Amino acid sequence: MTLYGFSQPTHWNGQELPRIISRLFDVPDGHRLEVARRHGAYATIGPALFDRAPYEIIHEVAESGLRGRGGAGFPTGVKWGFVPRAPGKPVYLVINADEGEPGTFKDRLCLTRDPHLLIEGMICTGYALGVRTAYIYVRGEMLPQICILNQALREAYDAGLLGERIAGSRYSLDIFVHRGAGAYICGEETGLINSLEGFKGQPRLKPPFPAVSGAFGAPTVVNNVETIMAVPYIVQHGAKAYRRWGTEKSPGSKLFSVSGDIARPGVYEVPLGMPFMEFFALAGGLVGELLGCIPGGSSAPVLTAEETRRATMDYESLSSLKSMLGSGAVTPFNTTRDPVLILQTLTRFYAHESCGQCTPCREGTGYVDRVLDALIDGHGGDGDVDLLKSLADQYEPMTTICAFGPGAAWPVQSFVSKFRPYFEAYIAKNPQRQRTRDLAGVRPGAFW
Amino acid sequence: MAATAPADVPAIAKKWKDKRGSLIMALHDLQGRYGYVPRDAALELGKLMGVPLARIYEVTTFYNFFKLEAPGKHIISVCMGTACYLKGAPELVARLSEKLGIKAGETTPDKQFHLQQVRCIGCCGLAPVVTVNEKVLAKVKPAEIVDQVYACAKGA
Repeated sequence: MTLYGFSQPTHWNGQELPRIISRLFDVPDGHRLEVARRHGAYATIGPALFDRAPYEIIHEVAESGLRGRGGAGFPTGVKWGFVPRAPGKPVYLVINADEGEPGTFKDRLCLTRDPHLLIEGMICTGYALGVRTAYIYVRGEMLPQICILNQALREAYDAGLLGERIAGSRYSLDIFVHRGAGAYICGEETGLINSLEGFKGQPRLKPPFPAVSGAFGAPTVVNNVETIMAVPYIVQHGAKAYRRWGTEKSPGSKLFSVSGDIARPGVYEVPLGMPFMEFFALAGGLVGELLGCIPGGSSAPVLTAEETRRATMDYESLSSLKSMLGSGAVTPFNTTRDPVLILQTLTRFYAHESCGQCTPCREGTGYVDRVLDALIDGHGGDGDVDLLKSLADQYEPMTTICAFGPGAAWPVQSFVSKFRPYFEAYIAKNPQRQRTRDLAGVRPGAFW
Repeated sequence: MAATAPADVPAIAKKWKDKRGSLIMALHDLQGRYGYVPRDAALELGKLMGVPLARIYEVTTFYNFFKLEAPGKHIISVCMGTACYLKGAPELVARLSEKLGIKAGETTPDKQFHLQQVRCIGCCGLAPVVTVNEKVLAKVKPAEIVDQVYACAKGA
């Protein structure tokens, strides 16, 4: 199963590139246990893990500064620390492999090329948190990856690396694969938990946070695939070694999936803090003249070319530019592209994927999409750019249960403010643009 | 996909009944057998698993993956993710619509082809991407799309 080649040089600009997550990505048959073991897989499953107390593992991961790689960038050690000690209920670990953000395709590669690193990370995490049963929630469309994962799980069970008394220790863990069914919202951790329980995947109000009351009412830790795959390295080599890469506040390495106007689209593992322009050079260089860049998945506010040139790939740099690192999906686009049409693909996506639970998001995402459609079809009015922004302002942070609403609002707000002339140009083509829009004529709601 | 005997339903129900939160997995099995979730099979499944039909419909209509009607024999999905869109997916849809005489979301009258637009399928490095059934067509060119789709359908 080769969908992408993974070909990154070992060194770049005289510096070694990290291979923490991607160590086996270019090893033929690296997804098979025998091959993976020859390359050092499951080295932590033994005294390196079981001779240490669980809290020491949590401490080590907290010290490493590892942050969640699914999008929010929440410190992993802190999240683990929220799980109550001796809760009197089972603690569940759930791996979020519901990767579905447009532009993000790193977890798919992880599952395809190195499922055993994920399993090893789950054993380490499970031991640290006292987990007996863990789930991997995989996006429903990823059938080949589900097959690879099931095969890897069978191999691990047969080798005594899962099940009762792992590798002769007193620790036992079972892992189940749960297949999603095509809903972007299930990547939100509480939506994912509802889906895992067999319900429609609408997010829950927090608190209670999943770490206290999650799946089946029990403490649950939900972590992204890539996050968990960094854990074995930290357990084996220590937090200090992990901090060799990256910056003070964004330590370590991260997978970035780059697509769009770039010569060699694909997945790359680079140290956090790398300048975007250097990263583009690593990926074969930009195609055409840069107009803008979506730096962290479709929710991340777009950057102008000028902002992209001074941005670095870490959490702080992007938040100082009022954008975010997100899932690490980088989509640069050149001057031959129309930002208005790019935004239209995003508003269509969010209108379709809104789960319909909260009014501002359900009505607003559809409203924005239809106003934008009208504008593109030549029916734009003078106030439409401001109308788009004011509509998106209605589902900003704190207006909805989950972060989907804000994630849908940010691209609208950023595109219309940073590429306003492109929107105005559409409106200018409409001879009747001064006519007041009949708002009653634009149907609200995400469902049509 | 040929309809199979309703005898499948009890087996599916038995497999998943005692596993917590397994309704979605059971529905995956059901759709795997029939190609969609037929109403009578859903009703039967609900009875056997102790789940009201209303809750089964809540789940099947919430998730994109589940179909309530039999789809065409060959399912053509054109990715509309950001990268595919940038690289010309709308033209691919237009070419296919013209050739097949149907709009996106429709099935040809002979039930051979179902054309749909899908959200990002996570192969942005291969944009624009079209899938025909399980087969992935990468970096598709508008001039070649129709022939490629027919070749896939023939091979299936």
